[in-house]
Amino acid sequence: MIVTRSLGFAHAGAVTLRFPDVQVPQGGRLLLQGPSGAGKSTWLALVGGLRRPSAGTVQVAGTALEGLGGARLDTWRARTIGFLPQRLHLSDALTVAGNLALPYMAAGLARDDRAIHAVLKRLGLDGLARRRPHALSGGQAQRVALARAVLLSPRVLLADEPTASLDDASAAAALALLHETADACGATLVVATHDARAAAWVSALQGAQALWLSAEPGPAGTLATPSQTGPQRFQDGRITL
Amino acid sequence: MKTIASIALLSWRYLWSRPLQAALNLLLLALGLALVTLVLLVGTQVDRGFERDVQGIDMVVGAKGSPLQLILAGVFHIDVPPGNIALADFEALQRNPLVAQAIPLSLGDSFGGFRIVGTTPQYPAHYGATLEQGALWQAPLQAVLGAEVARAMAAGARADTQGLPASAAEGGSLLGRRFVGSHGLGGGGHAHGDHPYTVSGVLAPCGCVLDRLVLTSTESVWQVHESAQADDPEDLAMLREEREITLALVRWRSPLAAVTLPRAINAGTPMQAAVPAVEITRLVRLLGVGADMLRALGGVLLGVAGLSVFIACWSAVRERQADLALLRLLGTPRTRVAGVIAAEALWLALLATVLGLGLGHALAGLAGHWLRAEGSLPLTGALWLPQEWAVPAMAVGIAGLAALLPVVRAYRTDVADLLARPA
Repeated sequence: MIVTRSLGFAHAGAVTLRFPDVQVPQGGRLLLQGPSGAGKSTWLALVGGLRRPSAGTVQVAGTALEGLGGARLDTWRARTIGFLPQRLHLSDALTVAGNLALPYMAAGLARDDRAIHAVLKRLGLDGLARRRPHALSGGQAQRVALARAVLLSPRVLLADEPTASLDDASAAAALALLHETADACGATLVVATHDARAAAWVSALQGAQALWLSAEPGPAGTLATPSQTGPQRFQDGRITL
Repeated sequence: MKTIASIALLSWRYLWSRPLQAALNLLLLALGLALVTLVLLVGTQVDRGFERDVQGIDMVVGAKGSPLQLILAGVFHIDVPPGNIALADFEALQRNPLVAQAIPLSLGDSFGGFRIVGTTPQYPAHYGATLEQGALWQAPLQAVLGAEVARAMAAGARADTQGLPASAAEGGSLLGRRFVGSHGLGGGGHAHGDHPYTVSGVLAPCGCVLDRLVLTSTESVWQVHESAQADDPEDLAMLREEREITLALVRWRSPLAAVTLPRAINAGTPMQAAVPAVEITRLVRLLGVGADMLRALGGVLLGVAGLSVFIACWSAVRERQADLALLRLLGTPRTRVAGVIAAEALWLALLATVLGLGLGHALAGLAGHWLRAEGSLPLTGALWLPQEWAVPAMAVGIAGLAALLPVVRAYRTDVADLLARPA
């Protein structure tokens, strides 16, 4: 569940970004769109507890983020949020299994090798546990990053441009995998993208919502109708304005 | 605990993800610490050895020459003596009211590189030595072995032993065993084959110079040499008139003697008096320059190592900015991210301490091995000094100091930038 109210963020020396209110139920899907610089990353950072809003409130998975700070916010993030960053940021100093052990250290938990192997198997990465990330294909690397994001069964999965450099088939496969994986752990899925293919794919999902952020400075970001992606495919879009 | 273990593991992986740089840092740090350890070990042992050997000896009287040489030859047995003094002169010295005790030493022969010292029972008594086996010499040509000499003889490595086969004596008693001294202090000189010594006793280890000596009576040395030099009985009688000893270790009756006695001897007799306290101070000052240089070199190495660790940690933080930010993204608290970098420095310190101490002790042992071959100062690497706790403290201090700025930088890693950065 993600609920934001009159959310705003002021970059140092820049115009304040204002975001439309959203209310995504637990297990829902949110498509976050807009051109570069419109604040997609900032919105993800605010919801993920990486930045503090200068105005408004955020409530994620039942927790009001303004009430958390410091190490408690970190621990909350470790257990609640799964990030799939655009650049995957797999560490080449570690094997695939080593990279997947990081969420445990982050959360202050003991490393669970059985869970690591289970998730690798589920994502079709059998036998790659001892590889280094640089020896993986692009698709494999993205699946490892996805495995890292969902290892601790987060309540919210935030994906930043998950299809940026993929061909059509791979993009569809990646999105399907994201959707299934989020479903498997009952997580709310947010896909931030400016890729029309991804937008179309997510919009087509049952109960998907869309949030359009515009680059123009203004009193509030604009919430989009899914005109960019074709309204005919947007069957059940409950758009909160 | 889980967290500390996983931080330790992660930082270990990070450390060795750049093996060359890690090895270089380790080498620099370990070499610096090894030098510090070596200087500590050698310096302390030399000081201790000097102190123990020189204890209770106020003055050494011998032939004219270098006073330092006289001390090195007479007290520590690591140099040749400048010459001999007449027995008559020594006896006159003994009668001097300012002299409480004068122990005669006669040098000249050796056995397997160990010196044979003709003296009186006062000499072992001076060091409080006790017998492990047998008794002190009762007659000329009986000898008492120092602990190390006995060990060497029992090992059977010496070619010039007589009597029992070497292996038969192993572990058994050395008493009654016969051996020949060779002329000169270094070994390899003319063997006094006509006058073999018989072992009458073995001293318990005292950790002093006696461990490396063969003690016998002054008369034995006379007997061996007079018969070696004399061609006929007349000659022998003449040599007996001119009997000599090499030097005397003197204890004063009162501190007053310090003022008058050395000067009186140096000016009024053919002998020379040297005061160990003065000469040792001079020697330590000479050696001290070397020790200071080593210490300075160790300091420079440690400084370079500290700088190198700093550069390594700094570039690690910079290169791994993304890795560290990712840890933050995954929900790792700031302190834990900083801990990963600090742990990397601590790993270096730990490894360098182990290597440095090991290397330092090995070098001290090696130096001891060489010095033993020359029959001089006893030096061992198998010794732990309380001062050595400074070595790990130093390692942790240097690594910690070097890692301080990188750790702060790691602590401040900004996560949100990671998301915002374009592909």
